[in-house]
Amino acid sequence: MMAELGHLALIMALLVALLQAVFPLLGASQGVPVWMAVGRAAGKAQFLLLAISFTCLVASFVNHDFSVRYVAEHSNSALPLYYRISATWGAHEGSMLLWALIMGLWTFAVTWFSRGLSEEFLARVLGVMGLISVGILLFILLTSNPFERLMPSPVDGNDLNPLLQDFGMTIHPPMLYMGYVGLSVAFSFAIAALLGGSLDSAWARWSRPWTLVAWSFLTFGIVMGSWWAYYELGWGGWWFWDPVENASFMPWLVATALIHSLAATEKRGAFKAWTVLLAIFAFSLSLLGTFLVRSGVLTSVHAFASDPKRGLFILMLLAIVVGGSLLLYALRAPTIRDTARYTLLSKENLLLLNNVLLVTAAASILLGTLYPLVLDALKLGKISVGSPYFASVFGPLMTPVFLLAGIAPMFAWREADLGRLFWRIRWIALGSLTLGVATTALFWNLKDIKTLAGLSTAFWLAGSAAFSLWNRVRLRGSAWAGLRSQSLSVYGMTLAHLGIAVFLTGVVLSGGYSEEKVVRLTPGESVALADYAIVLKGVTEVQGPNYVAREGDFRVLRKGRETAELKPQKRIYQVQRNTMTEAAIDPGLTRDLYVALGEPLDQGAWTVRAYYKPFIRWIWLGGLLMMAGGACAAADRRYRIASVARETVISGDLAERGA
Amino acid sequence: MIRPLILLFWLLPLIAAAVEVREFDDTAKQERYERLIGELRCLVCQNQSLADSDADLAKDLRDEVYDIIQSGRSEEEAIRFLTDRYGDFVLYRPPLKSVTLLLWGGPLLILLSGIVFIWNQVKRRSSVARIDLTEEEQQRLERLKRNLEG
Repeated sequence: MMAELGHLALIMALLVALLQAVFPLLGASQGVPVWMAVGRAAGKAQFLLLAISFTCLVASFVNHDFSVRYVAEHSNSALPLYYRISATWGAHEGSMLLWALIMGLWTFAVTWFSRGLSEEFLARVLGVMGLISVGILLFILLTSNPFERLMPSPVDGNDLNPLLQDFGMTIHPPMLYMGYVGLSVAFSFAIAALLGGSLDSAWARWSRPWTLVAWSFLTFGIVMGSWWAYYELGWGGWWFWDPVENASFMPWLVATALIHSLAATEKRGAFKAWTVLLAIFAFSLSLLGTFLVRSGVLTSVHAFASDPKRGLFILMLLAIVVGGSLLLYALRAPTIRDTARYTLLSKENLLLLNNVLLVTAAASILLGTLYPLVLDALKLGKISVGSPYFASVFGPLMTPVFLLAGIAPMFAWREADLGRLFWRIRWIALGSLTLGVATTALFWNLKDIKTLAGLSTAFWLAGSAAFSLWNRVRLRGSAWAGLRSQSLSVYGMTLAHLGIAVFLTGVVLSGGYSEEKVVRLTPGESVALADYAIVLKGVTEVQGPNYVAREGDFRVLRKGRETAELKPQKRIYQVQRNTMTEAAIDPGLTRDLYVALGEPLDQGAWTVRAYYKPFIRWIWLGGLLMMAGGACAAADRRYRIASVARETVISGDLAERGA
Repeated sequence: MIRPLILLFWLLPLIAAAVEVREFDDTAKQERYERLIGELRCLVCQNQSLADSDADLAKDLRDEVYDIIQSGRSEEEAIRFLTDRYGDFVLYRPPLKSVTLLLWGGPLLILLSGIVFIWNQVKRRSSVARIDLTEEEQQRLERLKRNLEG
């Protein structure tokens, strides 16, 4: 019953999405206010219906309704409640429903927060979002219905993949989707502006907070995924350049470029055409990621060819979105008037350079991800493109981005006085180099050029972010007045750029000075790692809710004193008979100690994998700072002024009428 | 053991717990060994390096690489040993060949076209005509600027 209700709600959501797409778009082009007004109501109704549908699927999981095929395949009566709920988005069908739900949520948010927009513009935005919803909902209903029944129904389910029975995996997908799907708002704003011919700085100002929020979610989602991979996959890495990761990283890079070019469009009216193009690409890459992962094309081109239904559908959707929006762009681009004037040495130009570098990075990842697929499809041989390729392409592209991120905020718009600028930052530049050399020599190894360069760059980023803030603050009478007078955008930018510095420190130090030991230990023996000793006390058997585990009891000693207890597990999940390694981590701001159990050997001995990872937390800490920066900038007052002003006018009207 | 292929939208390289105890004559050899197995692909896994895989084949290949490095032969020899048997597919760092020319040259090409794009933009943007102001307007502008800065 629940499943049928959910299915029905899903079909109704599709119909409502159709209404939301057709009427507002027609109304906006014909100038019929009543039709335009449909968008708002339909958007809210669609979200409500999707919420009902999603709740029904969650309820099927919670109630162990194994007559629903999707539940039977991904749940089990022994699965704890918490994971039964998160199992809802644990596989293809449910995660697509989550995608649709989040699309509904963003639509709802647009209807709620866009009171400052003109009716016509809002109608177009909601119309475009409705079109996207129609595509996704059709995809779910035609190829991936999560509510399909299974007759006869099995007694028990096949259980959720043990890898996903984890906190990180519970929140990673929703956050990532909030980012992916959130980019559809920026996309819809761009398309609406193209349709209406109103590419002005007001459009950029409306787009900015939405893009910033989506970008923040995307950042958080990627950070969560990386953190999960680190502690759950059991070999201590944090990024693998897996195509699945690349699929989330490409839209992030383009969205990062978009945030920066939107700033130039809003402030200076520059790069209008380019900004629109970025908004189109950012969302298209999100869809491309969906295609890559959902079609099975990544496993092998042949798997895709043997069951192409889902893949072809997304490919068609992608073709329509990319083709349609680029066609519209080609038609409208000649009418975009870009009157901004700037020179080689200006903030505009540096932002453009940042954009070119970020987009080149995204395009290179795309190239590396698709290249083996294309070669294979053309029968030119099978190759693998992995981390060595991406690392060697990425380093040279990101270095100038980091250096620019320090100096660009201090450049003047239009035309900068380079001599004066260099004079002003001379101490920051010298200081960061000195600090880089000093810290490398003191704590690490001065011959290590990578660390030296990385740390100096990190100091440069942090120092120049602080200095650029100081330059703004000191214009006021007192420091307090100066700090108070800065907008949240400025603080957001400072935080995010500090985040890069923190991130970079983590990458450089954990990359250069990690220690790994694989040893054979019998109880009582220990392994030395950096200045720690890790002692194995014993291994015991532990019973979990749906697994049995052997748990190692390790003690961490430093200079003979015990500082931590580590209990890594080797679990066997009873339904799928999967073995899982649960590493145990002693976290710290300057280092992680990481222990994983390997295989049991004779005489109670075990192979044990132990890592010392200096500063690895800084990687995710940096990511979180960037996210916070994005959120902070999105909360800037000036994005709300338009709507507030409007409300005052309306209430003023009412007051007059009342009097 | 090959794990079932799982495809998810989000990050999901497959799990692994490849743990063997290896002894080396010197640390340089160990570093070379570790770098190598990190750059070689496990052929039966979805997307894992030899270092990260617990498949039997990966274990055998690690043994081979270990023997080659430990006996003092070069990394190239280890790579040749594997590519002779399994082709370029085993290398995560694709070799530079005619078919991979575009792969290695692509990023540079994209970057260069980006820089050309910027150059053209700058030329166009810096030649956008300044609006000519009359004497009086010029003075007003100066006054406004002074007020802003003061």
